[in-house]
Amino acid sequence: MKRELRVDPTACSGHGLCAELLPELVTLDEWGYPIVARGPVPRSLDRHVRRAVTDCPALALKLLPTS
Amino acid sequence: MNGITQSTALWYASRATGVVSLLLLTGVVLLGVLVNRQGRLPGLPRFVVTGLHRNLSLLGVAFVAIHVITAVADPYVSIRIVAVVLPFASSYKPLWLGLGAISLDVVLALILTSLARARMSRRFWRSLHWLSYVAWVSALVHSLGSSNDLHSGVLLYLAIACALAVIAAVAWRIAHAGRQLPREERAAATLAMMSPRGGPQPPSTPRDGARRRAPENVR
Amino acid sequence: MTYGTTVPYPSPFPGPQDSRPAGLGPARTGTEPPGADLPRLLPVHGAVPVDLRTHLSRYAAPPYFGHPGKLIPVLKAAGLTGRGGAAFPVHRKLQAVAEARTRPVVIGNGAEGEPASDKDKSLLWISPHLVLDGLQLAAEAVGSEAVALYVHRNARLQERLRAAVAERAAAGVDLAPVEIIDAPPRFLAGEESALASRISGQPAMPRFKPPRVFERGVVGRPTLVHNVETLAHMALIARYGPAWFRAAGTPEEPGSMLCTLHQADGRRDVVETELGTPLRDLLRLEGTQAVLSGGYHGAWVPAADAARMTLSNEDLKTAGAFVGAGVLVALPAGRCGIAETARVARYLALESAGQCGPCFNGLPRIAAALDEVASPRPDPRAVTDMIRWAGLVEGRGACHHPDGTTRFVRSALHVFREEIRNHSDGRCVDPAREPFLPLPADTALDATDWS
Repeated sequence: MKRELRVDPTACSGHGLCAELLPELVTLDEWGYPIVARGPVPRSLDRHVRRAVTDCPALALKLLPTS
Repeated sequence: MNGITQSTALWYASRATGVVSLLLLTGVVLLGVLVNRQGRLPGLPRFVVTGLHRNLSLLGVAFVAIHVITAVADPYVSIRIVAVVLPFASSYKPLWLGLGAISLDVVLALILTSLARARMSRRFWRSLHWLSYVAWVSALVHSLGSSNDLHSGVLLYLAIACALAVIAAVAWRIAHAGRQLPREERAAATLAMMSPRGGPQPPSTPRDGARRRAPENVR
Repeated sequence: MTYGTTVPYPSPFPGPQDSRPAGLGPARTGTEPPGADLPRLLPVHGAVPVDLRTHLSRYAAPPYFGHPGKLIPVLKAAGLTGRGGAAFPVHRKLQAVAEARTRPVVIGNGAEGEPASDKDKSLLWISPHLVLDGLQLAAEAVGSEAVALYVHRNARLQERLRAAVAERAAAGVDLAPVEIIDAPPRFLAGEESALASRISGQPAMPRFKPPRVFERGVVGRPTLVHNVETLAHMALIARYGPAWFRAAGTPEEPGSMLCTLHQADGRRDVVETELGTPLRDLLRLEGTQAVLSGGYHGAWVPAADAARMTLSNEDLKTAGAFVGAGVLVALPAGRCGIAETARVARYLALESAGQCGPCFNGLPRIAAALDEVASPRPDPRAVTDMIRWAGLVEGRGACHHPDGTTRFVRSALHVFREEIRNHSDGRCVDPAREPFLPLPADTALDATDWS
């Protein structure tokens, strides 16, 4: 099942860990909030994605089935 | 080794690992506040703060395990194994050990929920995690009451330092929460920060209503 | 053909009522379909509110089907789309909620947070029973007994609706009791997930999706949300059938709709019109420089282009605009389109819920940049900054507030580019800056009421 990475912007408070742990998919905008690449997550990044999702202090990162 | 020495060795091991556990737990609480406040350890990436917070808590549990096992195994005092997790069930110093059991119970709950935190509601995890302060206070009082070690000398200063550090961290956290703008005022605050005509743009909207430095570049 | 049953703003509350009787034409039994003529939702004469007795004598009782789901294929054949702005096919929403495994909740959305729109409040004031019929029919269709009407904060309107509901309950017209729920006076209060939050007891702030409200909405239950005008159309389609509904409008965009028209001379009316009506039949375009279609999340269209367009998404989308909830504003020549846009952008920024970093950082900056562009000899970086920020906020909020705001702003930068060049030279077509676009008076910098 293909899944995509999304950030819940109401929960995100701009900690910025996701950009450190997953620079391939996440960059920070000029205000410190994450810009997440669209589309399904490549399998090679699975481990890093799961870590970023678990480590987000605000639990704002979510792996969701591609809509 | 004769029985007395064996007992003494176990007793010393328990006290030593107890002190280390308290220090580790204090470190974990301080790091937790640092995570919440989006602070950093100088020169290190942010994931180090969360990583250290998690790893020190696991290390702390390991030391608590030794602390508890050696205490139970020590024949000099009679501590039933069930008293490790059931508060006030010990016949030896039930109150002080009971507080230790409470602390351990809460720490185990926090660690288990944190390991599975991606699978539960954010609100549930957060509410439970507030109990970390209960765990720390319980551990400190348990440490002060179960033996006289922390009543004098270096260990006394260490205990005071731990207490002061946590108090300072909590005060910092409360102060920030007090300054924090309610959500519905944030856009207005940003608008108010804009200079009326041109001029340099301020950094991102302060989440606490006070001026902030621009976020440092991570790489 | 447009039927101008105009309801003058700030109609009809609190001012004096139209004194003509509510002549509704010959009484209908409710089984014979009326002609395709308009008006359908508004009474034939005047703005006098229709009471239950008059409503029942014109339409008879709501034609309940006796079984959930039966209304849905009728609505599908009619091609009814939502009249709240999103134009989503109505039957699809009903189908999704009807298939839910837990008992659903049905909400009629009369929040109308858009300051330039009056049609929902007017409809609720004048023809509440059509809306309430639709609400009951929708509830029956999805098998729900938890029904509420979410109403714009106006004490008289809410009072009147409570009375209407009580009257219907006493007469045994309704299947399920209806609660009247107050909507806070916020632009976003009518957003589906904000509505669900409010009705669940929290502030009216949008939530992240998934889950959408039709899956988990009010207190976690599947929730059907329909604009009140949509419900009124449902009530008529259930009686007169899909063919009757399609006798107005176009094949792709059938039916009639309510529009709030803002003429260049300042008149503000609610009218009912067919989809596909030429815009020049609705707005006087002489002396108009541009038309705003779709409200404050819509887009500006130059008057010359608007003169060739009809009220249809097919036409309007060629200009980057859409029909939305039927708000049409004619900006007179001799006004500064950039200054008007800047005023509204400021309002939109302040109406941010403040939950999402990109929104509460980006929208105020965009508004400030617009203020700059509206001033004489603006800093040339203001436009490039604004465009960069627009790109940064689009799609990054929990709701479409950032997207709608940037659509509105981008269209202004395009349509009023001449005026921007004027400003660079230190000139403005309207230095006096008398405000034209309507905004609520209570927009303040202090904490606002979200619950």
